Amino acid sequence: MSLQPQQNLPSLLLQENSQSQSSSTPHPALPTLPPTFTTQNPPTLLTQGAEALIYKTTYLTPHLPAALKHRPPKPYRHPTLDARLTRHRILSEARILTKCRREGVRVPAVYFVDWEQGWMLMEWIGGGSVRDALAAFLTKREVGEESVRGLMGRVGRAVGRLHVAGVVHGDLTTSNLMLQPTTASSPLDGQVVLIDFGLGAVSVQDEDKAVDLYVLERAFISTHPKAEGLFQEVLRSYEESYKGAKVVLRRLEDVRMRGRKRSMVG
Amino acid sequence: MIAIGLEGSANKLGVGIISHPPNGGPAQILANIRHTFVSPPGEGFLPKDTAKHHREWVVPLVKQALKEAGVCIRDIDCVCYTKGPGMGAPLQSVAVAARMLALLWGKDIVGVNHCVGHIEMGREITGAQNPVVLYVSGGNTQVIAYAEQRYRIFGEALDIAVGNCLDRFARTLGISNDPAPGYNIEQLAKKGKHLLDLPYAVKGMDCSFSGILASIDLLAASLQPPNPQRLDPDTGEPITTADLCFSLQETVFAMLVEITERAMAHVGSSQVLIVGGVGCNERLQDMMALMARDRGGSVYATDER
Repeated sequence: MSLQPQQNLPSLLLQENSQSQSSSTPHPALPTLPPTFTTQNPPTLLTQGAEALIYKTTYLTPHLPAALKHRPPKPYRHPTLDARLTRHRILSEARILTKCRREGVRVPAVYFVDWEQGWMLMEWIGGGSVRDALAAFLTKREVGEESVRGLMGRVGRAVGRLHVAGVVHGDLTTSNLMLQPTTASSPLDGQVVLIDFGLGAVSVQDEDKAVDLYVLERAFISTHPKAEGLFQEVLRSYEESYKGAKVVLRRLEDVRMRGRKRSMVG
Repeated sequence: MIAIGLEGSANKLGVGIISHPPNGGPAQILANIRHTFVSPPGEGFLPKDTAKHHREWVVPLVKQALKEAGVCIRDIDCVCYTKGPGMGAPLQSVAVAARMLALLWGKDIVGVNHCVGHIEMGREITGAQNPVVLYVSGGNTQVIAYAEQRYRIFGEALDIAVGNCLDRFARTLGISNDPAPGYNIEQLAKKGKHLLDLPYAVKGMDCSFSGILASIDLLAASLQPPNPQRLDPDTGEPITTADLCFSLQETVFAMLVEITERAMAHVGSSQVLIVGGVGCNERLQDMMALMARDRGGSVYATDER
């Protein structure tokens, strides 16, 4: 993972989590799921971040797949504070997801939220991440340059639409962009779906939007060094996607220049 | 190799003598003494007074350290000093003293980055291999991990440091700065049991403390007479100063543990090393240990009071 010294971000956070988790020392017992999920057909764990665990399960019928996000209680926090934070974060994420959906941004639909127990059921998004699709493209080069440019365009438009809706993601990496296959002919076709709004917020500030783009850019450069040129395509379609984009892109220049705020030379 | 080190980046002046055996074995601490500039209650330490303190004490401390270590000037190979970051005036005084000794004795002089010094010292003492480091003191709040041949800052405080937040709250309460304001807050917090609502300011891997300080300062002011006594809504017991200290610690430490955990998940490490003055706080160490246990890891804490 290549992080630069001035790398400032809330993020790139969950990006390589699944890998780092598996390579670390044997994990102690996982947090227990709420009783709703411990009976027949226990959900399968997909990934564990610092805050939450993601499982695959079903909703209403055994044929409708769903994603379960569980925020287990943190024993180190005071129970009152823990309950307050879990409630706030689950609700805020659910509100952001519904807001995005209302505004026509493609995100998972929220099926059910239990803020007391700390879990949320969401629409299951099939397919893989843009990160994996890009990595596969860069190693195998099975499809043409056109097709990857098309994907970059869709990524830029998806981010643009999110920002039009007045929402910032807070952790925009290629792992948090899913590629949902449609009637795909090429592995790079499909709809771009934004996931994991755990650090999301409602914001109209250009600064926050520029930081989103900066995080995405860093994620591009660090995980797909060969794909640096492709990011220009993302920015180009982002710029076309809405009126205020030009101001945000100018702000992005500042964010790039600034990096970390404090000098640690000594 | 024997090195003498001078550190004076804040109100403590420390002189240490360390011997590194030629076979690469663990370092031996021959002397480790310090003198602290203590300001009166309700006041912080000002750079110029702190610098004056260091200038007065550096020579006696160096003499005493040499005596304690049982080494003479001839045995010493190099003079090390804290190059920064830290408070300008005290840093400069100590740097001048170090340069003077190096010229006087004809030894090499080595500047050491304050943060890296804390980390390397912590690794040497605890034997932690590749930990995520939480560096928390009066001037610094950082989550640091080693990646690609460099210590990299993953998260930090966006405004004041956590130690500064605690110290300034001690000033608001007018409690003693001896031995350290944070220590006295910790002792008071042990008597508190009601958690008051304070802002919780974590943004990704960064956090912010100035809003919390403003908020707890307001709460403290509202407890002063002639204001009516505040009661806890659940138990009906009165809210005390101890409850304020307790709430402040619980909130800011939860934030620190959270950003540390996020960095651990990111780099895939299960060890945590806590360094810096605030790292002495036992509640912070306990919370960190609970978090590390759930990730199948362990916590190493270093600094003595």
